[in-house]
Amino acid sequence: MTKNYDAIIIGGGHNGLTAAAYLAKAGRKVIVLEQRHVLGGAAVTEEIFPGFKYTVYSYVISLLPPRIIRDLELPKHGLHLMPLEGAFTPMEDGNYIASYADEDDTIDEIRRHSRRDADIFPLYSNLMYDLARAVRPILTMVPPDLRRPGMDGLRTIRDLGKHVQTLGKEKFHWLTKIMTMSAHDFLREWFETDVLIATQASIGIVGTMLGPKSPGTAYVLLHYFLGELDGALSSWGWQRGGTGGVSEAIASAARSYGAEIRCNAPVVQVIVQNGQAVGVALENGDEIYGKTVVSACDPKVTFRKLVDEKDLPSELVQAIDNFKYRGSSGKVNLALDGLPDFPAMKDKALMRAMQEICPSTDYLEQAYDDAKYDDFSKRPFMGCIIPSTVDPSMAPPGKHVMSIFVQYACYDMPSHGDRDQQRDAFGNAVIDTLAEFAPNIKDLILHKQVLTPWDIEQELGITEGNISHGELMLDQLFFMRPTPGWAKYRTPIRNYYQCGSGTHPGGGITGTPGRLAAMEIIKDGK
Amino acid sequence: MENKTSERELSGAKELRNKYDVIVIGAGHNGLVTAGYLAKAGHRVLVLEKREMVGGAAVTEEFFPGYKYSSLASGASALSPAVITDLNLHQHGLEILPTDPLIFSPQPDGSHLTIWHDVTRTADEIAKYSQADAAAYPQFIKVLRSYSQIMAVLNNIPPPDLPDVRWGDMISLLKFVKPVRNLGWEYVAQVIRVLPMPISDLLNEWFESNVVKGTIAASSVSNISWGPQETGTAFALFYNCSVSSNNLFKFSGRVKGGMGALTKSLANAAKSFGAEIMTNSEVAEIVMESGHAIGIKLTNGDLITAAAVVSAVDMRTTFLKFIDPYFLDQKIVKHIQNIKYRGTMARVHYALDELPSFTAAGADVQQLISGTVQIAPTMSYLQKAYDPVKYGRYSKRPYLDIQIPTLTDSTLAPEGKHCMSVTVKYIPFHLHEGDWDEMRGVIRQLVTDTISEYAPDFESCVQDCKVITPLDIEDVYNLPEGNPVHGDMTLDQILWMRPIPGYAQYRTPVHNLYLCSAATHPGGGVTGINGKNSSREILKGLK
Amino acid sequence: MKQTPFHPRTSELCELYNWSLWSNWLLVDMYAPDHTHEYFAVRTACAVFDISMIPKYHIHGPDALGLLNRIVTQDVSRCAVGRVLYTPWCDDEGKIIDDGLLAHLDEGSFRLTTGDPMLYWLEDNAVRLDVSIDDVTESLAGLALQGPFSRDLLKQLSGEEIEKLAYFDITKTKIAGIPVEVSRTGYTGDLGYEIWVQPQHAVQLWDMLFEAGEAYRLIPFGDFALEMTRIEAGLLLTDVDFNSSMKVVHEFQKSSPLELGLGWAVKLDKEFFVGQEALKQEKARGPAWATVGLEVDLNSLEAIFAEFDMPLYLPPEAWSEAVPIYSHGEQIGKATSGTWSPILKKSIAIARLKPQYAKPGTVVDMEVTIDAQRKQAKATVVKLPFYDPPRKKSMGSH
Repeated sequence: MTKNYDAIIIGGGHNGLTAAAYLAKAGRKVIVLEQRHVLGGAAVTEEIFPGFKYTVYSYVISLLPPRIIRDLELPKHGLHLMPLEGAFTPMEDGNYIASYADEDDTIDEIRRHSRRDADIFPLYSNLMYDLARAVRPILTMVPPDLRRPGMDGLRTIRDLGKHVQTLGKEKFHWLTKIMTMSAHDFLREWFETDVLIATQASIGIVGTMLGPKSPGTAYVLLHYFLGELDGALSSWGWQRGGTGGVSEAIASAARSYGAEIRCNAPVVQVIVQNGQAVGVALENGDEIYGKTVVSACDPKVTFRKLVDEKDLPSELVQAIDNFKYRGSSGKVNLALDGLPDFPAMKDKALMRAMQEICPSTDYLEQAYDDAKYDDFSKRPFMGCIIPSTVDPSMAPPGKHVMSIFVQYACYDMPSHGDRDQQRDAFGNAVIDTLAEFAPNIKDLILHKQVLTPWDIEQELGITEGNISHGELMLDQLFFMRPTPGWAKYRTPIRNYYQCGSGTHPGGGITGTPGRLAAMEIIKDGK
Repeated sequence: MENKTSERELSGAKELRNKYDVIVIGAGHNGLVTAGYLAKAGHRVLVLEKREMVGGAAVTEEFFPGYKYSSLASGASALSPAVITDLNLHQHGLEILPTDPLIFSPQPDGSHLTIWHDVTRTADEIAKYSQADAAAYPQFIKVLRSYSQIMAVLNNIPPPDLPDVRWGDMISLLKFVKPVRNLGWEYVAQVIRVLPMPISDLLNEWFESNVVKGTIAASSVSNISWGPQETGTAFALFYNCSVSSNNLFKFSGRVKGGMGALTKSLANAAKSFGAEIMTNSEVAEIVMESGHAIGIKLTNGDLITAAAVVSAVDMRTTFLKFIDPYFLDQKIVKHIQNIKYRGTMARVHYALDELPSFTAAGADVQQLISGTVQIAPTMSYLQKAYDPVKYGRYSKRPYLDIQIPTLTDSTLAPEGKHCMSVTVKYIPFHLHEGDWDEMRGVIRQLVTDTISEYAPDFESCVQDCKVITPLDIEDVYNLPEGNPVHGDMTLDQILWMRPIPGYAQYRTPVHNLYLCSAATHPGGGVTGINGKNSSREILKGLK
Repeated sequence: MKQTPFHPRTSELCELYNWSLWSNWLLVDMYAPDHTHEYFAVRTACAVFDISMIPKYHIHGPDALGLLNRIVTQDVSRCAVGRVLYTPWCDDEGKIIDDGLLAHLDEGSFRLTTGDPMLYWLEDNAVRLDVSIDDVTESLAGLALQGPFSRDLLKQLSGEEIEKLAYFDITKTKIAGIPVEVSRTGYTGDLGYEIWVQPQHAVQLWDMLFEAGEAYRLIPFGDFALEMTRIEAGLLLTDVDFNSSMKVVHEFQKSSPLELGLGWAVKLDKEFFVGQEALKQEKARGPAWATVGLEVDLNSLEAIFAEFDMPLYLPPEAWSEAVPIYSHGEQIGKATSGTWSPILKKSIAIARLKPQYAKPGTVVDMEVTIDAQRKQAKATVVKLPFYDPPRKKSMGSH
């Protein structure tokens, strides 16, 4: 038996680290166990190819709440966030649409496509800002347990009711709509320019196996709009040195409060005695004991791998088995000999923006339809960033790294052969499509890393490679994330907690599940 | 502004003032139910119908001499038993003929799944495909029924105009206590989780066989323009169960004489209570006086006034055609313009010389195909049928609901002959290319070919065929964009969002103008519930 | 960032490079150090302000009148051809969206100028109406020629006809041969004109005006001087003195035209317009706010400065950050913009107060901060406008 901890945290992703930091700050003796050689989980930076730093799995940062940045003093620990300068979307006819950090510039750009849409755009942003404000309190509260509400839960439900009342009629109706509509239909009520709708709708599909015309995607759009409201930045942004820097900053904060962090320490099992978690067993045979065990892993790993089925009620087992992951996004990271040339790009400053391949709503929908029957999109939706255009530390002088978020690819795509063949075919589709819009890309590639959802699962252990730890769908949100009855970060096993993105409020580099879980653990007096 | 009535304009036309308390626009089933209830309560009611017959979407038409068809709607089990009793419909000629099985679903491999009303019998059938599914089915139906009980309560009250809650709404809440207690409080969270799900996900949780999943899933898309993988389709399945007297996920039963006989009985009932019904009377305008509806003007110029006007037609027609939107708040106009109709259904009616032989049915054919023959073998078949609609294209391999009513009611066709009516999904109203004249032929061939895959001799049985395209549904049956339920029953267009937010309780921004069509809560299907709920609210207003 | 058709000239003259952005258009704040002489040019000679960036919509067709009458609160049917109308417009709840000028150009043909781009609102309201709405913002350049000598200058360039142009008239004419539309309108509260011209003739028009204008001491003026004059004239500015109901976050940030003292421009007896019902109800119960002028008691202000052993200082620029107004220690409203008026020798402000304090002569306390310390100076409620020279409306000469 080794040292006794107050909390053992399984998984050194940003949520595990955030929970660790909050617990350590509250005076708990904490250890974080990470299976890989680096911290950060899906938010890591690695030098896969000499001289080039890849933000391997994630790409941009939008949702990190200022609350966590302040509480954990992250800038002191190396957080260095910069705003993205906007977005650039080439169209199939050679035209393009762009957005800029400055809203007036964006409006003028939209006016090139439609005067009406330009006029209405500020009203749309206003509404989204408003709705984001309306849901923010919900996203930062511990969801009630509707099955056994108790006094606490009833109070939460009453507060929620009151909050909704304060929204007023119009906003409430908009909120109903945005919770239930497709991004496409929602945006159609505002705009007439298809490519504008496509660029907005593309936000609504991130991390889901849904198309822009699938109901439920309007909510995802709002989920990411929160970043614009509440994020450390007024828009999407990046961390100096790669997204891994965010995890490192949180880790450094946690250490400064006394947390112990161990890499290369895969946990194989949570040790449960008399229905109570007492420690964890590592792959190397070590056992570590502590008063609480907190899993930052996804729900399937938390409930179906780390603990024994017999310790769980059968309905929870069934609910977790029904929990939908459907990893739908892949990642392609490129080392480039120079900057790609997008012929449609008139203003080269847009190289510093996100280059988005989503030329029309039908393009996005087709990408989804291609992929949804166990395949990848022949012409996928892509979000490309070239961090080396603003951060020289990412690549050798004159060279660049390009990080491409790709949707859609399924977890298994058997029609393309074995896993290697699937990966190759997927990678080729990405590069071929990108070359339609930036013809010189193929000549520039020095090194290419392709990750399908399956690869992400292999590397990170996240089920089905969904970096959000489960789809953001209506039936998997709030008090139903991961499942009704177990959404309050606790589990049926005493002293065993969950704090990953599979809990409320869900995915994105938010740290909020980690913070809320830590608060609950502290509340329980553990 | 063009059709504002002034006294001068009206000088050659007739005027009927103060003869009626209520005018109902549209003699569809909901209009007739409303008229029936209001007349029964002692009000002088006039129903105006544009067509030469009453019934709206629930009509029987003789497309070929001697062959009578339920043109659009089918499925008698949806009609609310309370409406039947309250309006004495059985005395007025309503006769419902039971059908069993509910669904006969032939498979491309020659096998078939039959869903019977009897749950155990169905489970035995399912066992052909999966033992586990056979075991799960009775439990699934139990859950379906208990959740639907809660919905049934909801169907019968006006939904609160959230976020505003009135005292009446609080009192309505009490009605939920019993069904919720029956279900158990801890399952309320499950209901909230399950209703907004895609039916595909829900069925994946319950069943493993693609055939079982496909067969059940098809029923969820009847009132919705989407495929089974879309969020909210589970709601549609529960809705069917909540309104259907068979307590199952699909409507069954037939009306003797076709659906037109149902609306005829409604009309007779209304008349027996003193209501008047005028056919061939097209409303041109709802006449307003300082924000109040005071009557209607017909296309022939006649003006008829009443204390209340009730619209049994859809929202767009009511507010953007009958009323001059010039005098409406901008927000209301916008809400109405934003209602999604998007019809995706066509109907094909065949006159058959003899019964086609469905390969999968074998010897029991007469019995097996007497309910609905459903061509939707798997869930991905259904979803793939839907996919093209998103781009304005039609399904190359469509989902079909086939009924041969002559098997239960031989009066519908000449002796020895048969009528077959097919609901075809998905044929989008908004076509990306091609025109409807051309599409008529395409749909005919498509349906004939699809049926022939399962009944190879089908084409040789066909004597005649009539195609009702989504455009026909709009033009002939006055259902905009060919949507029979006056607006898709998607999650954003139900409950307090139906027909438009702020007006879920059958009232409208125009004083004395009420709604009772399928555009209102709870939605589509020949249920009569909309009319019943609406009449209750109108009676409160008429006091 | 956009430049107006006059940019080649304004940029040459803007020695200070003192620009700001207005809806992403480059706008001169002040041409040379000390904008006060630009202000005095408006009040004593004549000066031009580039108004090309103002959103402009050409509304024409059989239902043009109908559409406009549905939208705006004024009765458009009473606006004859050749006349211009000032009007606000509201949402369904009777809260102001924006205001602007509506010119009746020809039978069934109008031009609406607005503060914010408004195409969607015009289109959305045109359901089932037979009307065309063209956004002509960029196809029409504009100059505001303002000041007591503006008429003389225009007369010299386009003839005696200009003499006949009454306040809020509009006419087609030529200036030194260039086809223009001239209206006797402005945002300075002085005698003045607004001249609309095809963009390709803009620079030429400028040159002609300045060539002839030398005799009348014509200079260009920027936004700083404009602000001072419009406050003196008691004219409200969107986003400053009121917020568009379309853009605010909270209900309480919205205003109604009745609260803004624009009741004279709200014709409740019209058949219908958007917001009518709500405004009728508001009128019946009385608006919650009144918009008034405030004259700061400079003696009381001087005394406050004296507490700090400082001489009275009045900044030369107009201000537009709202400050609280108190009466007996209780906040009763806010001043939304104000300025030192060099011509009145007064410190003035536009304020929104609870109605019981709106009677002219009422003395209130206005918050002033000196070296980050909060003080209250006396101010007296007066009627708007502060400055209203007879020449603004008169037909004679100055």
